[in-house]
Amino acid sequence: MLLAVLSGFLLAIVAPALHRVTGRYIGWTLAILPASLTAYFASLIPEVQTNGSLVLEYAWIPGLGINLNFLVDGLSLVFALMISGIGTFILIYAGAYLAGHKYLARFFVIMLSFMASMLGLVLSDNLISIFVFWELTSITSYMLIGFNHEDMEARKCALQGLFVTAGGGLVLMAGLILLSIMTGSYSLAEILASDSALHEHAFYTAAVLCILAGTFTKSAQVPFHFWLPNAMAAPTPVSAFLHSATMVKAGVYLMARLNPALGEGDLWSQTLMLFGAATMFTGAYLAFSSTGIKKVLAYSTIMALGTLTMLIGVGTELALTAFICFLVAHSLYKGALFMLAGALDHETGTKDITRMGGLRKAMPVTATIACLAALSLAGLPPLFGFVAKELMFESLLDSPLWSAGLTTAAVAASVLIVGVAGLVAIKPFFGQVGNTPKTPHEAPFGMLVGPAVLSLTALVFGLAPFLPEGALLRSAVGSVYGAPVETYLALWHGVNVPLILSIGSLVLGLSLLAGWKRLQPSIYAINTSAARFGPEAGYFRFMEGITIVAAWQTRVLQNGVLGLYLLLLVAVTFGLTGYTLLTHHGINLTLDLSYSHFYEWGIALLLVVAAVFASATHSRLGSVASMGVLGFGVALTFILFSAPDLGITQLLVETLTVILLVLVLFKLPEFVNLSSPFERYRDLAVAAFAGIVMTLLILAALDVQYFESISSYYIENSAPLAYGRNIVNVILVDFRALDTLGEIFVLSLAALGVLSMIKLKAEDQHKP
Amino acid sequence: MKSNTLILHTAALFIMPLQLMFSVFLLFRGHDEPGGGFIGGLVASGAFVLYAFAFGSEATRRILRVAPRDLLAAGLLFAIASTIPAFLAGQPMLTAHWWELPLPGNSYLKLSTPLIFDIGVYAAVLGTIMTFVINLMEADE
Repeated sequence: MLLAVLSGFLLAIVAPALHRVTGRYIGWTLAILPASLTAYFASLIPEVQTNGSLVLEYAWIPGLGINLNFLVDGLSLVFALMISGIGTFILIYAGAYLAGHKYLARFFVIMLSFMASMLGLVLSDNLISIFVFWELTSITSYMLIGFNHEDMEARKCALQGLFVTAGGGLVLMAGLILLSIMTGSYSLAEILASDSALHEHAFYTAAVLCILAGTFTKSAQVPFHFWLPNAMAAPTPVSAFLHSATMVKAGVYLMARLNPALGEGDLWSQTLMLFGAATMFTGAYLAFSSTGIKKVLAYSTIMALGTLTMLIGVGTELALTAFICFLVAHSLYKGALFMLAGALDHETGTKDITRMGGLRKAMPVTATIACLAALSLAGLPPLFGFVAKELMFESLLDSPLWSAGLTTAAVAASVLIVGVAGLVAIKPFFGQVGNTPKTPHEAPFGMLVGPAVLSLTALVFGLAPFLPEGALLRSAVGSVYGAPVETYLALWHGVNVPLILSIGSLVLGLSLLAGWKRLQPSIYAINTSAARFGPEAGYFRFMEGITIVAAWQTRVLQNGVLGLYLLLLVAVTFGLTGYTLLTHHGINLTLDLSYSHFYEWGIALLLVVAAVFASATHSRLGSVASMGVLGFGVALTFILFSAPDLGITQLLVETLTVILLVLVLFKLPEFVNLSSPFERYRDLAVAAFAGIVMTLLILAALDVQYFESISSYYIENSAPLAYGRNIVNVILVDFRALDTLGEIFVLSLAALGVLSMIKLKAEDQHKP
Repeated sequence: MKSNTLILHTAALFIMPLQLMFSVFLLFRGHDEPGGGFIGGLVASGAFVLYAFAFGSEATRRILRVAPRDLLAAGLLFAIASTIPAFLAGQPMLTAHWWELPLPGNSYLKLSTPLIFDIGVYAAVLGTIMTFVINLMEADE
């Protein structure tokens, strides 16, 4: 299982080399991995059917409660199968779509990393590793949206997506931590198994709000929906995979995952229903009002995400069955439609629907598959989309809360979606032959195999819904509901209210489609005036606000007077420390000096003299040198008190610091006295204050011991456990190696920071 | 910046190899005696800084062979690589693994993941300081 999740990352490492070997068959070659992963996940189905769920454990950082445990149940398996299954075709498709692109290898590296992160996200059992994978999907998505990084617009859209989703991710982390405090565990399996009433907990509101903020940004719910259409700046394989079938569903996944734990509260279900319904309608409306084929599909994805959220909110057995069916149906048809949209764009040279028409003669296969997928989008029999939509209507009519309102919204949305389905399937392929930039011809095989397989799957699932139901969907519904359920999927339910609603929305949708051209001007007018007050305008205003605040606080805090930085830092640090010391401990002035040696006094005197000289001298070199003396004096103290490692390190660091200072010194202007007497006395006062607090702190440290010292553990265990006699080094590389690892990363970041500072400065000066 | 004194040139040529060897010695004995990756890295940077003072930053770049930045990355990779054996064995991250290779003459060679980790620290420290020094020296050239 661990290998299954990480294999994507491993393959990503060797992908560029593989590209050199396989050349234009790279897509097919790489697709072997997700294909075999699909087979592997499918092989887990029988076990999940019999046991309900299985947890695979791997201790990662057990000291912090962070484990790479995997929870495999119906829900995570549905997602894992979708990711690896659709991923297979996306890789084949991308190999054909981006053939000959100069950054093709880089594309596959990011794409495979994304796939692995996504698998990690849906299979993880640990809240922390969920968060890590969650952020990884945000970052890889950022790189994929901005894949055409020479295009300014693409970079801007990528940044917008990153800001919204990663910002939401941070809030989500707060929510997940609250959740773990509430339940006392980081493990999903334990959280879901515990039957404590979470909705009565004091943190419930805060945790739900934080988690929903995270999932809403990721799954593009109103009012965060604006980033998703902009993410269409990505190459089409990315849009098809990330922004329709997988990543945007991560938020939906987490909501479904946590539904059994958090779903009992009214806050949870009402928020989800409200925002879900609003998103569903907004998405459907915006999809119908767009002209770019990718935008149309992007907005209809928003509609689907809203529907899914709403169905979780309704939360009845029936609604959750509809949820799972809709999820699968949507991934199948939307993945297919996106790939076809890419094929259209690729072969005709335009994304504009108004310019396409009559393409069925030039691209017969594409047209057939598109019609099949669009039937599923519109929710018409005999496709799986119909099964899902009927279930949705039925569960909404049956909803314990707001039944009438939700049903109305859903019918309105599905009227618009029938129109949208017509836009993508009828408009480009039938009617008058359009005027396209390229002479259209059939897309290559690699670009059609994916959509064809996905659409046919939707058809098979529609004709025989008991196949997926018995295999997996029932246990998936069970894991969202929190208890085993009975489901009955069927294509034909007889003449009932849902069917009448479907027929009604079909008729209305087709008439809307007929009037599409005439409606365009008025829709355009509404949208432009709405854009001025819409959430995206809010985003831009927020970003401007950040820039303004940043400029203000830079002026106040980082005004370039280094002395002031130091003053603030020292004053605040020692002020807080001194306060804590006074309130928690009190002042202790006893010190036993009877064991001191004369040479220790000598070193102390040396330190004092060096410090006084460093602050009083008017020569820079002199003050650097005397600071060096100070450092050597400290090193001597370390050596005297038998800490040779510390002593050596201190000596070396001092030497190198002096060298670095000297390097900088040559570039400084003449030494002049700019400070007023007042400023100097103020600085003196702060310095003296810091010194006094530090002295008191050390005296206090001699006096109390809150915990039993850990040194004895290290002394006893260093040699037998870690085979080392130098305890300092053993602590650094073995006992607390994780800390060291963090430190060298910080060190490297600091080095890169300095590097970019020097280099950027140099470039500035070279500019005319 | 480059010094033209004969004494510094000659001294640097003699001292630098010795200091580098000493830094490696410190690195390897670190587990039992004072030393280790951090100290070793600092000593090695001292050697290269001395060389840079004597012969300039261009020459130092040549003798380093790799960009200081890459050294930094290599250090981090080594440190990460030391976590792989524990990972493969299904143990918590950074669990130490030891191998003893018998050598001729009734002695043996102790190899371990903490050693690999320490080499990573060594390279990261060296890379950091050389990034600072070389780029500062070149800042106005």
